[in-house]
Amino acid sequence: MNHYPAWKNVLILAIVLIGGLFAMPNLYDDDFAVQVSASRQAKVDLTLMAEIESALKSKSIEYKRAELDGERLLVRFADAATQLKAKDVINNTVKSDYIVALNLATTTPEWLAGIGAEPMNLGLDLRGGVHFLMEVDMDAAVKQALNSYASEFRTLLRDEKIRYKKIQVEAKKVIVGFRSIEHRDQAQEKMDREYNQLDIAVLEESATPSLVFSLTEVALRETRDTALQQNIITLRNRINELGVAEPTVQQQGENRIVVQLPGVQDTAQAKKILGATATLEFRLVDFEHDVQDALNGRVPANSKLYHHRDGRPFLLSKRVMLTGEHIINAASTLDQNGSPSVSITLDGKGARAFSNVTRDNIGNPMAVVFIESKAETREIDGEMVKVRRQMPEVINVATIRDQLSKKFQITGLDSTSEARDLALLLRAGALAAPIDIVEERTVGPSLGQDNIDQGFNSVIIGFVFVLIFMVIWYRVFGAVANLALAFNLVLIIALLSMLQATLTLPGIAGIVLTVGMAVDANVLIFERIREELRIGNSPQASIHAGYAKAFSTIADANVTTMIAAIVLFGFGTGAIKGFAVTLIFGIATSMFTAIMGTRAVINLIYGKKNKPKLSI
Amino acid sequence: MQFLNEKTNFNFMGKRKLAALFSAILLLASIGSIIVNGFNFGIDFTGGTMIEVAYQEEAELDKIRATLEMGGFTDAIVQNFGSIHDVLIRLPVIESENMAELSNQVIDLLQSENATPLDVRRAEFVGPQVGEELTEQGGLAMLYALIGILIYVSLRFEYRFAIGSVAALVHDVLLTLGVFSFFQLQFDLTVLAAILAIIGYSLNDTIVVFDRVRETFLKMRKGSSEEIVNLALNDTLSRTLMTSMTTLLVVISLFIFGGEVIHAFSIALILGIIVGTYSSIYIASNVVLSMGVSKADLMPPVKEDGEEIGEDGSQV
Repeated sequence: MNHYPAWKNVLILAIVLIGGLFAMPNLYDDDFAVQVSASRQAKVDLTLMAEIESALKSKSIEYKRAELDGERLLVRFADAATQLKAKDVINNTVKSDYIVALNLATTTPEWLAGIGAEPMNLGLDLRGGVHFLMEVDMDAAVKQALNSYASEFRTLLRDEKIRYKKIQVEAKKVIVGFRSIEHRDQAQEKMDREYNQLDIAVLEESATPSLVFSLTEVALRETRDTALQQNIITLRNRINELGVAEPTVQQQGENRIVVQLPGVQDTAQAKKILGATATLEFRLVDFEHDVQDALNGRVPANSKLYHHRDGRPFLLSKRVMLTGEHIINAASTLDQNGSPSVSITLDGKGARAFSNVTRDNIGNPMAVVFIESKAETREIDGEMVKVRRQMPEVINVATIRDQLSKKFQITGLDSTSEARDLALLLRAGALAAPIDIVEERTVGPSLGQDNIDQGFNSVIIGFVFVLIFMVIWYRVFGAVANLALAFNLVLIIALLSMLQATLTLPGIAGIVLTVGMAVDANVLIFERIREELRIGNSPQASIHAGYAKAFSTIADANVTTMIAAIVLFGFGTGAIKGFAVTLIFGIATSMFTAIMGTRAVINLIYGKKNKPKLSI
Repeated sequence: MQFLNEKTNFNFMGKRKLAALFSAILLLASIGSIIVNGFNFGIDFTGGTMIEVAYQEEAELDKIRATLEMGGFTDAIVQNFGSIHDVLIRLPVIESENMAELSNQVIDLLQSENATPLDVRRAEFVGPQVGEELTEQGGLAMLYALIGILIYVSLRFEYRFAIGSVAALVHDVLLTLGVFSFFQLQFDLTVLAAILAIIGYSLNDTIVVFDRVRETFLKMRKGSSEEIVNLALNDTLSRTLMTSMTTLLVVISLFIFGGEVIHAFSIALILGIIVGTYSSIYIASNVVLSMGVSKADLMPPVKEDGEEIGEDGSQV
């Protein structure tokens, strides 16, 4: 007799129920929603909700409901057109401290959400959006670190009265040349104590007694890590400013960052903002020397030659009055002439320094320099090499009329959109090291929908084919296998939802493949049962032997496939990972449904009968 | 309904020399094509830019090419994709200010020359370095998968079976690659995923056959190795065909209904399943037989009372 103990049946039933429950949220369609969240100190609360609701009502825009969901406010709408209209209205209602973004809101009933059941995430290829892979220029990060050491050295050596000739920053080292060997030794002793994050070596073959400083392995790793982490923070800030709901910013490998922006269509704007390295510098104009002389190559020691956007040359002091890092807020406005400008708020330290310099220089001209670093790909010796250039431009020269302090405006920008972008960049902070987009994948909303439709269609059609096939070949046993197969699909979806994994198009392909392979386990079992029947065993004994003998084969076959799937998961990124995840889940759940699931049902049908006639 | 109602008795291994010759010819042709023609790698591997644009009216490829050429994109490859409205544009890695912005430049250019609004279905850019890494990683992944499988099968069966299964895998992968090379089908990331899935599938098939070969070896008291392998192959034949058929059904539906993006993926899988079914019968077992596997090799090494059995079956 074939029957499972009661606990086994209960266990299977429990898994069926839990699986069904957790797969259920995927049946509910999403609402179109506008999401409001706070970017700075602002609060998302009931007052804000009331404000937005009354604004929507006054414009007679119908909404389903508004709700507070932790740190964000969601307003739901019936269709995409209302959603767009409402976004503009809400944008005009709330202050600039809030981020307003389009989003899709789940409609999972509360009792389901209460037990933690949520629909699975759809990948960008299914819902539309942009995926960027960005690479942090680590050489530049190291060089920046060395530059700051170099300026520390200057101060330190001056304070210690150690005479040096020059300090030079190269790709991976700082070289300091001294007046004499005594000075060099003195410095070496001092620096050895101060800087344990630097390797210090004596440069032997040089005519000037010199020391070479380079970062130790540990310091090098730390520098890179900091650059990466700081860039991730800056990118998050910038994305928040762009107003994207549920963005992903993640580290990938040692020097790359993955950015995923669901629903974003204007990729040109996104690219410009994310990769931008623009910053501002304020410098005094050197009016004591002649610009013409400088143009002919005689640049004074304390000045540097710059060019204005319109081509005019300017001599500016090497000393920087203020840099972009002291800016805590920036907003694009129009100045009294109606031309685009950015109003800037400084932090305390910046305001103090700025007010001191401007007080001493009333009546003198000051220049605002806009610095952007641009990457170019050039072919050098047959290889594509990235070259980076700093592009400083003077955007505005004005006479200091008054002592400036915490708040002021800068003008001279080309357009309002430039003013807006600059303000955004100044608010979000500068990147710690330049980044480049090394991979981009944009999926438009129409293709996303097509992918969903075609993906699900092909799964369902293939599935139906298999179902028909199985019933024709194995009759009742085939029908039982079909039940298990359907349940296998439910379990895969439940697992994806529970782990909040992301379903992608290759993921759907993985599901399709597991459907095919899940059948294999049942085919193996059923063929075995047929064999046993053929050699004259009793039906009950045949069922028993069929399952027992097929088991090791199924296990071996699945373990080997699992090895391949895990390797795929381990090495793969994006598309391949999505495929591997569903394959791994599918193999695991199919083992359960195809062996235990079918056995339980077969036992229920035939287990209690003495000499049943098997329909196989 | 049953496929093979009667117990079949095909002499598979009787034709093993012929099968080996057949496979050898196909393998040589595949390797030859891979060496001579190489692959039509997609931008996932080569780097570059790819844009899929949908026109509301029928897309005029010549006009699009001319527009691109005027805009300085002389190396652009323009072709229809799936329908007469959809166009796929591929650009190689170009020296430029900012490669990542090429796609936007192209889209702006095409839009400015077209009265009705374009629907940008997707835009992809892969830097040359990323492509190189993918090629390297893809090769490594395949290698690791093979090594992992080799170890597992050696542990579960015997080294000759491990070599047999890996030989079948290499055979399947090479033939599939050969077809992609010969017909210059586009080889992109999804095809790589498919090839790795083929490894899993072909292995699945081979293991099932091997399991039966081992069982038959242990069960049968007499008969040559060749007869025993034949018997095992006939026993599993019905299952082998049934499974291949159902999996093929699913993959074919993926090919027909899954959309253009997944075409190359499903072609690779269809090929892999067909070749994999053939190889599990003719290649894997063939290799095991030619390496001279015998009943003694498959006896469990440890008897129940824990005494070891020597190579020749004598008790130590």
